[in-house]
Amino acid sequence: MLINKRLILAHFWLAFVVFGLALILGAWQMFVRSPLNAWHFNPELYYRSVTAHGSAMGYVFPTLIAMGFGYAITESALEKPLIGTRWAWAGFALVAVGAVVAMIPVSIGLASVLYTFYPPMVGNPFYYIGVVMVVVGSWIWVALMSINLSIWKRENPERPVPLAMFANVAGSYLWGWTAVGAALEIIFLILPVALGLKSTIDAGLARVFFSWTLHAIVYFWLIPTYIAYYTIFPRAIGGRLYSDAMARISFILFVVVAMPIGMHHLFADPQVGAGFKFMHSVFTGLVALPTLLTVFTICASAEIASRLRGGSGAFGWVRALPWQNPIMLATALSLVMLGFGGAGGLINMSYQLDASIHNTQWITGHFHLIFGGAIVIMYFAIAYDLWPHLTGRALENFGLMRAQLWLWFIGMIVTTFPWHYVGILGMPRRMAFYDYANPAISPQAFSVAISTVGGLILLISGVLFFVVLIRGQMAHRSEAGAYRFSVPVHMPERIPVALNSFGLWLALMVGLTVVNYGYPIGQLLVLKETNVPAVYVGASR
Amino acid sequence: MSEQKLFSFRNPWFGASVGVSGAIAVLAALAGLIWLPMVQPDLKISGIWDAICSAAGVPRTVPRSGGAQQPDFKTSNVVMTSQMLTHPDQVSIGRGATLAQRCAICHGPQGVSDANSPNLAGQYAAVTYKELNDFKAGARVNAVMSPFAANMGNRDMLDLAAYYSFLPRVPSSHLNDNAPAPQIVITGAPMRNIAPCGACHGDIDIKAGSPWLGGQSAVYIKAQLKAFASGGRRNDISQQMRNIARQMTAEEIDAVALYYEAQP
Repeated sequence: MLINKRLILAHFWLAFVVFGLALILGAWQMFVRSPLNAWHFNPELYYRSVTAHGSAMGYVFPTLIAMGFGYAITESALEKPLIGTRWAWAGFALVAVGAVVAMIPVSIGLASVLYTFYPPMVGNPFYYIGVVMVVVGSWIWVALMSINLSIWKRENPERPVPLAMFANVAGSYLWGWTAVGAALEIIFLILPVALGLKSTIDAGLARVFFSWTLHAIVYFWLIPTYIAYYTIFPRAIGGRLYSDAMARISFILFVVVAMPIGMHHLFADPQVGAGFKFMHSVFTGLVALPTLLTVFTICASAEIASRLRGGSGAFGWVRALPWQNPIMLATALSLVMLGFGGAGGLINMSYQLDASIHNTQWITGHFHLIFGGAIVIMYFAIAYDLWPHLTGRALENFGLMRAQLWLWFIGMIVTTFPWHYVGILGMPRRMAFYDYANPAISPQAFSVAISTVGGLILLISGVLFFVVLIRGQMAHRSEAGAYRFSVPVHMPERIPVALNSFGLWLALMVGLTVVNYGYPIGQLLVLKETNVPAVYVGASR
Repeated sequence: MSEQKLFSFRNPWFGASVGVSGAIAVLAALAGLIWLPMVQPDLKISGIWDAICSAAGVPRTVPRSGGAQQPDFKTSNVVMTSQMLTHPDQVSIGRGATLAQRCAICHGPQGVSDANSPNLAGQYAAVTYKELNDFKAGARVNAVMSPFAANMGNRDMLDLAAYYSFLPRVPSSHLNDNAPAPQIVITGAPMRNIAPCGACHGDIDIKAGSPWLGGQSAVYIKAQLKAFASGGRRNDISQQMRNIARQMTAEEIDAVALYYEAQP
């Protein structure tokens, strides 16, 4: 049962509006730095745009989706109204105001530091304050998820926590802890410099703190997608979830091993010892495990649905799947992109292979394929699935939805595959200008031009997405019934306490963080000679 | 469901998860902190503790043998920061005005002259201060300037820098606002590792220690770029300008010199 529909809808709409604006910026960036554009613009505008695109897509859009979807799950899975609605609105307001506060200095060129902050570059303090407001707003959501779960558990001591809620709270705890890294970086290292209280900054330590956030944030983005795989997809295609326990173990593994792995982003950084880079590399390898479990479980669930529909044969059942169903299509396309992106990720996480693609366009290709592709396409699916229940109006144009999903998939492949390729050729990322007339760079020109076409396709798909949602808002009223989640093949009656609670897993998460981050952070805190002068961005001339 | 104890070795989930996580962490640490550094031939490891310290990233002292190679010339000892000398006080400016009378013969009574010496009016204080320091220390050598700077105290240099930064910039006699910026100013030359001039010297961004070039004499700019390229001038920190000037063509040097001379 969905009670606070306006709250949930507000989160989704703001998320998608932010997404739409950032999508336009992304397409513009791809065009201006491609050989299709004659060089006639201020490169500063490019970095401004990259900062806005990254901050919006990285901090605001997925956070709002996770929050809105989290509230929807709380009410529909626990079958009771959300507790703390006022706090939820306060969190929403903090995120919305924070996003505006952060974007003003970015848009006037005072904080072109990119969304990864990149100290010793330091921008206008309001950019960082805005980001902190977004994070604090989302922490309210984390607290609300925890409170709602614990009250439900007290009222229902004999029932297992519904899978969707278990996964949702797992994601919220993961975010609560991983956001601490960037919060520490901003509050203790960057803001004192941005406010003019200090003129030097420990850039190495700041980067270590950011890596604490930077990798697990991806899994926080991923959790709504995985929740949709496990709890929406099997129901939407008329099947059952293959294993409830396997799903719980996957989410638990994300909570435990998504955290102590961030230093694989610092392989080329000198301030961290090689031994710790190796340890983080090992744990990064482990994080492939829950994804492999998920792919197995979801494919098994699809097979169950297909055989219920009369599918047969070793592979013949694939044809019997309901391919007209947008959720079916989105999940299949998402898994394909997850496969390619994951394979690329295994290259990024290995110390030696990373050296050949570090900081190249390959990296941009990798995270756009995973986040922009595999994850965001499921955000579309979540919206399509949830919209009729939120608006009380039917979404009926399945053809348009399928076209939108296909275009997003094609656009993302056409965008990111050439990026991977030019990355191998050595094209650095995050640069406004490439001299394609130069013989050393000209072989990359064709691929970059192709990827720009991909960006255009993504933009068209984004427009179609809004057409579907807006038409949905104007469609005739129809009662969509209660919002339900998938039912597993074996409904759990009693499950081990470990699969029904988080204490053990949170202890392991914090413990492994201390093991893998404790010494490198402690050493940089103690060493005084690691400070460097800050470089102010957009300082007055 | 709540009767089962979570944190107890009777709970198989507890033992297994803590055991497996711990075992992986210990094995990864053994491999990363001991085994891998020990088998690297280039790392001179004296024992297990040394291997752990090396792999953990403990700063190690550089072996004294041979020592760092010392250049046979003086390098700049000034440390630049973005905030350096951005808030000069009035007394300092006043003192600087008196001292500047000695400089007027070349740099002009208002900090501007047509003698092809640098125009100092409106120059960032940190820039003027650094150059004076470098002349005094011998990091930059000039037959006229070096003797002047030799007798200046730190206070004198600070005051002069404050005074010249206080003077308003005077439009160049070659002013041409509409002159198109040369490619190297707005985009640099990435394949030759040349950043855009404007990325440090204004228009795109200002970096600490980079002088304002607008209205400077083209003869002076050209002479300095050539001196950087030949190594005749080497007080740029970390060879920032030498690396750029060496890669520039003669045409590019002419183009930027004329361009900046025509800027306000």
